[in-house]
Amino acid sequence: MEKLGFRSIKPWKNSPMISNSSLLALLPTQASTLASDVDLITIALVLLCGAVTFGLMSAIAFFVVRYREGSVVDRSPVRGVELKLEIFWSTVPLLIFICLFVWGAERYLEMHSVPAGASEIYVTAKQWMWKFQHANGTQELGELHVPLGRPIKLVMISQDVIHSFYVPAFRMKQDVLPDRYTYTWFQATKPGKYRLFCTQFCGTEHAAMGGDIIVLPEAEFQQWASIGVSQVSLRGSGDYVKQGQTVFERHGCISCHGSDSVVRAPSLNGLYGSRVFLDNGDSLVADENYIRESVLEPEVKIVKGYENIMPSFRGQISEEEMVSLVEYLKYSKTMSIKSMEKERGGRE
Amino acid sequence: MRSSHDYLNSDVTIRSWLCTRDHKRIALLYLISITLFFFIGGAAAAIIRLNLMTPSGGLVSAETYNRLFTMHGVIMVWFFLIPSIPTVLGNFLVPLMIGAKDLAFPRLNLLSWYIYILGGSFTFAAIVAGGVDTGWTFYTPYSTAFSSSFVLLTAAGVFITGFSSILTGLNFIVTIHRMRAPGLTWFRLPIFIWSMWATSVIMVLATPVLAITLLLMAVERVFKVGIFDPALGGDPLLFQHLFWFYSHPAVYIMILPGMGVVSEIICCFARKRIFGYAFVALSSVAIAVIGFFVWGHHMFVSGQSAYAGVVFSFLSFLVSVPSAIKVFNWTATLYKGNIQLRTPMVYALGFIGLFTVGGLTGLFLAVLAVDVHVHDTYFVIAHFHFIMVGGMVSAYLGGIHFWWPKITGKIYPEKWGIAAALLLFFGFNLTFFPQFILGYLGMPRRYHSYPPEFQIYHVMSTLGSSILGLGYLLPFSYLLWSLRFGKDAGPNDWNASGLEWKTSSPPPPHNFESTPLVTQEAYDYGKSS
Repeated sequence: MEKLGFRSIKPWKNSPMISNSSLLALLPTQASTLASDVDLITIALVLLCGAVTFGLMSAIAFFVVRYREGSVVDRSPVRGVELKLEIFWSTVPLLIFICLFVWGAERYLEMHSVPAGASEIYVTAKQWMWKFQHANGTQELGELHVPLGRPIKLVMISQDVIHSFYVPAFRMKQDVLPDRYTYTWFQATKPGKYRLFCTQFCGTEHAAMGGDIIVLPEAEFQQWASIGVSQVSLRGSGDYVKQGQTVFERHGCISCHGSDSVVRAPSLNGLYGSRVFLDNGDSLVADENYIRESVLEPEVKIVKGYENIMPSFRGQISEEEMVSLVEYLKYSKTMSIKSMEKERGGRE
Repeated sequence: MRSSHDYLNSDVTIRSWLCTRDHKRIALLYLISITLFFFIGGAAAAIIRLNLMTPSGGLVSAETYNRLFTMHGVIMVWFFLIPSIPTVLGNFLVPLMIGAKDLAFPRLNLLSWYIYILGGSFTFAAIVAGGVDTGWTFYTPYSTAFSSSFVLLTAAGVFITGFSSILTGLNFIVTIHRMRAPGLTWFRLPIFIWSMWATSVIMVLATPVLAITLLLMAVERVFKVGIFDPALGGDPLLFQHLFWFYSHPAVYIMILPGMGVVSEIICCFARKRIFGYAFVALSSVAIAVIGFFVWGHHMFVSGQSAYAGVVFSFLSFLVSVPSAIKVFNWTATLYKGNIQLRTPMVYALGFIGLFTVGGLTGLFLAVLAVDVHVHDTYFVIAHFHFIMVGGMVSAYLGGIHFWWPKITGKIYPEKWGIAAALLLFFGFNLTFFPQFILGYLGMPRRYHSYPPEFQIYHVMSTLGSSILGLGYLLPFSYLLWSLRFGKDAGPNDWNASGLEWKTSSPPPPHNFESTPLVTQEAYDYGKSS
């Protein structure tokens, strides 16, 4: 509608599908399993705070009128209530605050525990765009298609500064950091097209770093996934695991990490999700961040019993390649790398 | 009749002003400088609001817009809000209220003004050179590795000005501990002194952390030493931890003095001793202490551990209890008072209303699950403007009006005063209340352009801001007018308690003819009503 006067490089458009609907809507669309929970807390807070504000303001207005200068009213001092009142209005708010705290914290921890079986999508942020990689290798720019009603885990990383992934309709937000994966998840409950914003200031075109999340019912999503290269989407070549294998081979990882290699390096079979013991006595569970760090800065965490001999691969592997490499190692959790190689070699 | 020998006319040369060691004159030097910065920061805000009238943000380019909001933030936080009440009213009133001749270190006090001006010049130079686009928060690695604006010059300005804060804080602490008049025990002090003491403690303890943080940022930007930038082996979240370790307590530097001013005004115009004196006084100290342990609530979605989030959420609820106590006590002070609705009182009541809304919306942000949704949206913008502009600036203007006769010896026009206070209250609400809704609908902060569905609230906000702007220009004009045309003030036209009212208006260079002896608790309004 108002096309004239636009100067920004990517003006926001009114889209009939984007549902903030009415002119004076007070709540954004609820389109995830978390949305109504968050709104419920908000509504409770609005009622509580509204009542407190109204009560206080009424009391002030009443006192100002009743005890105005020169009015003839009883002003005899009241004694002996001060301490009781102070205790009352310190402890009652505190108790209410504790309830609010517990309520909010419970939901927050829920936001941080990804349901088992969530499908993973990798998100790469950079000035000023969002890139998504699906497990089947499909890549999208500025647009993300997700199935309705299935939990989706996002594994996110930035190539430059800090960004933040925010979908108001899902009441979900997570900063996206350079050099470290952060995670979040959601489960969409309503088909539609929802706005994605970057909410961490990231430079000149920060305001234009948006996108759309498109929630499709399962059947439509499958259809999209099989053919669907939408206008702005790109098709990657092959799936993750296969891409990862290429990266794995190109950098000669197998020559040290293979079971029959001369150089002694820890085996990568079943690495993801397993407990790793380090030479400083610590231990950790191998996750995306550990694998990534070990490729880029192998000297930081040395596996117990091994030498610090691996060179750093920093600058040699792009974020997209890293993602596929991690996926490849995850896949090897269920299958030894050797047999994987055989199987894949056989397939080709 | 103005006394022939007051601090304003005892020596009128420019040199006598620039080399003065009189805390009252230094307060005026600060008043002039921070007013200047306030209008620069305000002008930036005006352009921001105009730009946001249309979704496309057609008035200025994205590049310019980013520099404008950064400049607005940097100037308003470090060159107006943090110095505002402490350096103007604090400088003027701390010695007067405790019956001292001056602050403990008068030369240091003058030095702190020069440091402020030096820091201000650096930041001003950065603006003139082309500005800075990192946001007032200077988040890394954007500020150290990506921004091509004048980050170092601006940060140098903030770094330098920090020392002015530290010196002022140090000066106040020593003065309050060592120079109270005979008989003026801690629990006879005006609440304003308690709040200045708590503020000073924060200034002295937190500001060095800011200095270190900015220094590390500069080292990384210039020498490429990896501290915060992961590409160099640093950790970007470390910057946020350090920055908020200063900047959250800094929020209390910006509000505690306002709470002190409002306590004075309410007691005077309700003609009553403050209700729950010890609770109001000690809640300032509680805020200062707990305020140091809540910085992580700026980082609930930053990638810090979820359990850290839970701990910081709990502490954030805890720090709001003392603020709640204050609001209840102010309200209770009005009960059975003898209330005179003079200009300062209108500001003070406006403060209670706006601070209450600002404080209660802080609860939304302390609730973890809700913060995830509204973090970095206009909800947060609205929340802290309610506290800092609705709260602190109302308190500051209320205080300026209350002590104007004492500071200048002149009386301002009362009707204009009340009109301006009401205008400000309505203008403020119209500007910032719609922003709560905007934020909950998902409008992110620091956006030069935005989706069209948000426009209606932005238009409301911009209209409100024009009223707000008028509200600020009004007192500026009639207060200046009163300097020349206002009636002469007596020593105590408000009939207020407090030692500052026991001397002439304006006070003589050394404040009191003879050192006062205190035999009463603060606010002995009991008999006069």
